[in-house]
Amino acid sequence: MNTSVKIAGVEFKNPVTTASGTFGSGMEYSQFVDLSRLGAVTTKGVALTPWQGNPTIRVTEVYGGMLNAIGLQNPGIDVFCERDIPFLKKYDTKIIVNVCGKTVEEYVGVVEKLSEQPVDMLEINVSCPNVKEGAIAFGQDAKALENITREIKKVAKQPVIMKLSPNVTKIADMARAAEAAGADAISLINTITGMKIDINRKTFVLANKTGGMSGPAIKPVAVRMVYECAQAVKIPIIGMGGISCAEDAIEFILAGATMVAVGAANFTNPFATVEVIDGIEDYMKRQNVADINELIGAVR
Amino acid sequence: MQICEEAKLIECNELSTGIFEMYIKTKVASLAKPGQFVMVYPKDSATILPRPISICEVSDGELRLVYRVQGKGTREFSLYKEGETVKILGPLGNGFPVEAAKGKKAILIGGGIGVPPVLELAKALKGEDVTILAGYRNSDLFLDEDFKKQATLEIATEDGSVGVKGNVMDVIREKNLKCDVIYACGPMPMLRAIKKYAEENGVTAYISLEERMACGVGACLGCVCKTTKKDSHSYVNNARVCTEGPVFEASEVEI
Repeated sequence: MNTSVKIAGVEFKNPVTTASGTFGSGMEYSQFVDLSRLGAVTTKGVALTPWQGNPTIRVTEVYGGMLNAIGLQNPGIDVFCERDIPFLKKYDTKIIVNVCGKTVEEYVGVVEKLSEQPVDMLEINVSCPNVKEGAIAFGQDAKALENITREIKKVAKQPVIMKLSPNVTKIADMARAAEAAGADAISLINTITGMKIDINRKTFVLANKTGGMSGPAIKPVAVRMVYECAQAVKIPIIGMGGISCAEDAIEFILAGATMVAVGAANFTNPFATVEVIDGIEDYMKRQNVADINELIGAVR
Repeated sequence: MQICEEAKLIECNELSTGIFEMYIKTKVASLAKPGQFVMVYPKDSATILPRPISICEVSDGELRLVYRVQGKGTREFSLYKEGETVKILGPLGNGFPVEAAKGKKAILIGGGIGVPPVLELAKALKGEDVTILAGYRNSDLFLDEDFKKQATLEIATEDGSVGVKGNVMDVIREKNLKCDVIYACGPMPMLRAIKKYAEENGVTAYISLEERMACGVGACLGCVCKTTKKDSHSYVNNARVCTEGPVFEASEVEI
C-alpha cells in the first residue's frame, strides 16, 4: 500500500500535515505525537521581525468551531532559524514554513533568509484575516496575488505554496492567478471571517472584533472550494478546513487535494494528526486502494 | 511531562449553587503541583475546545476539580456521573512557587471560582505561617470547611452574610493582616488590587491569571498576557498564560 504523495518534486511519506498556527513548530505537540509519523509539519507563520499579535481575547468557541484573532504573534525569522528549524530537523518529516509579512518586501526578506535553510517548502500566508496590513490584502485581489507570487518565486529556493483565503467571491480565480504567476501549489482554505457578540457585556467577544472561523463547521465550504480549485488549476492542492478524522481527510482528497492539513482538531484532540493517518490507511485497506494517488480528485 | 488520557470519574457532587466537583482517577495526579490546571474535553462534538480547570486537590492518584457552571462545556461536565470517563490533559502550566513561602508569613487569597487552587497550595504549605483569605458572593460558601483544616481562614462576602462585608482587600485592611508573600487566584479586579497592594507594601505577590485558551499546551498563542520582560516564546512581552503561567509574579505582568 502506498500512502506517499509528491508535490513539486518533494516526496511526503503520507498526505497529512498540520494547518499553520495550530501546531506551533511541533515542539508543544511532540510529547503526544511522534512528529516523524507526519507527512510534514507546517509551521506557524513567521515574519521578518518579531510580531506582537493582537490584544486578548484572541480565541473563542462557536458552534462546531472556533474563532481566532491571534494576529500572527511570532518571534521573527532569526529566532525561528536558530530554534525551530533545528528542532524539526531531528524528526523524519518534511518541513513546510509558513511565511507572513506586511509588505511584498517583508515576504521576500523572509523567503531569502529561508533560502539557505534545510526546509522543504514555503507556504505563503496571503490570507490571514486578522492583521491590518499585508496578509489577506494580497489574497483578495487576483492582480495583487499574482504580483506577490511572482516576486516570491524570483527569490525562493524551495517550492512555493500560496495559501488562499475563502473570503473571496470566486476562489478558483485566485487559484488561477497563483498558478499563472508560477506557484508550485496552493493550500486552502484559511479561516472564514466571523464575529461573535457577548450579549451580556454587549460587545464583541474578540478584541479584534472579527476572527477567523475554523473547526468542523466550516468543512463543507472547504471541500467545495478545494473541488472548485481542483477543476480550475493543474498545480497540486493542500486541502484543509475542519478536518478532524480520516473520513474528513478522504473527502478533501477525493475532491482534489494531494495533501491535507489538520488544524483546530489538534485542540480538540492532541492525537488528531496520527489518528487521521492511521484512519486513511484503514480506509485504503477496506476499499482495496493500493495507492493513495488513485484517490486524488477521483470525484468529478 | 504531560498526559492526555481517558480517566475515570470516582465521584461527582454539587458543592454549592452552580459549583461542582469531580474526583478523577488519573496518572496526571502523580505529576500535579499546586496552581497547575488540566484541560477537560467536552464530549459534545459541537463543543470543540477543552475547558481549563484548576487543580483543587491531589491525593492517592486522584485529582479533585472544583468548577463553576459557566457555559455549555461546564454544564455538560455537571451532568457526569461516577463511573463515566472523561478525557483530560495535564498537568498544565507552572503552578505556584511553594518554596517562596518557606519561613515567611504568607496570605493565600482566592476569590470566587479562583478559590479552589488555594486548597492544594495550603496543603503544600502546611506547617508554614499561612492565612487563607477567601472571597465569596454570599453565604453560598464552598471549600471553607476544607480550608479550616489547613490554616486560619478569613472570609469576605459581597453581601456581608458571612465574615467581612466586601472583598478580600477589605479583610486585609479591617483585620490589619501583614505578610511577606501573597499567592492569589481570582477575578481580574481582585488581582489588580493585589498587585497594587503588593507594590505599595513591598510584598511579593504571585497571581494566577485566567485567559481564553484553545490548545492549553502553548501552541496556539491564544492566551497571552502582557509582561514586563521578553517572553520566552516570541520575545514580544506576550507570555503564554497556559505555559509560562498561569502563575506570574505580579510585578512582571501588566493587567
